[in-house]
Amino acid sequence: MVAVALHKQQVLQWLSEIADPEIPVLTIADLGIIRDVKIGDGVVVELTPTYSGCPATEVIEQSVVDALARQGVEDVTIKRVLSPPWTTDWISEEGRTKLRNYGIAPPVEGGTKRELLHGERRIACPRCESTDTSVVSEFGSTACKASYKCNECLEPFEYFKCI
Amino acid sequence: MNKNDALLAYVLRLGDNALILGQRMVELVAAYPELEEELANANFALDYIGQARMFYAYAGELEGNGRSEDDLAFLRDENEYHNFLLIEQPNGHFGDSITKLVLFESFYLLQLEALVHCSAERVAEIAARAEKEIRYHLRHNTQWLVRLGDGTDESHQRAQGSVDNLWRFTGELFAADEVDNIFENEFDGPELYSIRGRWRENVATVLAEATLEMPEDEWMASGGKEGRHSEHLGYMIAEMQYLQRVHPGATW
Repeated sequence: MVAVALHKQQVLQWLSEIADPEIPVLTIADLGIIRDVKIGDGVVVELTPTYSGCPATEVIEQSVVDALARQGVEDVTIKRVLSPPWTTDWISEEGRTKLRNYGIAPPVEGGTKRELLHGERRIACPRCESTDTSVVSEFGSTACKASYKCNECLEPFEYFKCI
Repeated sequence: MNKNDALLAYVLRLGDNALILGQRMVELVAAYPELEEELANANFALDYIGQARMFYAYAGELEGNGRSEDDLAFLRDENEYHNFLLIEQPNGHFGDSITKLVLFESFYLLQLEALVHCSAERVAEIAARAEKEIRYHLRHNTQWLVRLGDGTDESHQRAQGSVDNLWRFTGELFAADEVDNIFENEFDGPELYSIRGRWRENVATVLAEATLEMPEDEWMASGGKEGRHSEHLGYMIAEMQYLQRVHPGATW
C-alpha cells in the first residue's frame, strides 16, 4: 500500500504519460480511452477499447498496471467499459496535432453513419495540406488507419479513420 | 425455455457467428493477391474475433460454470456450435467469399442496429461497438461485389454463380425459432420478419447495381442454429481447435 493518500488527478497524470503501442506519438490520454479513475481501497481504472479486435487492448491494460506499479501502486483493477463505444471524436486536439506532425491525417470530425456507409469527406494531406487526395486502400498498417496519397505533393500518407 | 436460457443461447449464437466467420477469413490470411485486400481481410477477421470474444465472455458469465471465452471457442464440438450454415461455407473463390460476406453482413448490420436498442444491456453495448465495424465492412465488400458483377463477362458469370449457390443458405437468417422469439419478446430484440423485408430491399439494390439477378426463394437449407451443420464445419473446427485439444490449457 502507498503511505500517502492518492489523488485522482495524480493518477491521471501518471496514466497520461503512457504511449499507445501502435501509434507511439499518442498517449492513451490523447486517444481518449481513459474513461475514469476511481480511488477506494485500490485504484480502478476504466478504459474503453477502440476496436473490438484491437490487439493493443491487452498491451495498454498491462502498461497501465506497470505504470502505476512503478509509482508504488500495487492494487490496480482494470475495468473495460464498452458503453458508450469509443469514437475518434474523443481524440484530443493535442492528439490531432501530434498525429498531423507525425504524418498521419487526423480523423475528420463527426463519424456519422452516412460517412461510414458512403465514403469519407476530402482528407487533407498532413504534409502539404492539399485536399486533392485519393484513397489507395481502406486499410493501412493497423485496423484504425486507411492509406491515402496526395495528388499535389505525391506523397503517400495514412489517415486515421473516423469511427 | 426460460428467459435466461434464451438469453444465453442468443448470445452464444452471436459469438458463434462471429468466431466461425472470423476463422473462415483467417484461412485467407496470406492468400490474397494484393496487399491492400490482404490487410482489409485480416482487419475484418480481427473485428469478428474481437466481437466473438466479447460475446463469449458474456456467455461464460451468464452460464455461470466458469467457462472462459477460450473454453467456449476451443473445447466445444461441432454440434454445440449454433452459427448459420451460410457462415461456415468454404471460402471458394474470391467472388464466393465476397458474396457470402455481403449476404451475411447485410443481415448482421440490421440485427446489430436492432440489438443496440434491446433491453439486454451488455448485448446492446457490444452491438453498439460492432455495428460501426460491420457498417465499414459492408461498404467495402459491397463495392467489391458491384465491381465483380459489373466487371468482365467472366467475373459477372462467376459472381452470379456465387449468388445462386449461396442463396439457399439465406432462409435460415430469418427463420425465427424459440430462442429468437423469446429474445424478441422478453428483451425487445430484433424482429426478424421486418428485418427480412429490409434485407431484401438492400440486397436487391446492391445486386441491381452489380447487374446481378436476385434468385427466387426456393428450397432453403437450415439447421445451423440447432447445431446441425454442413460437413464443412467439422474440418474447420478440427483445425482451429487442434492445439488446445492436443495440449489442453496451453498458453503463450
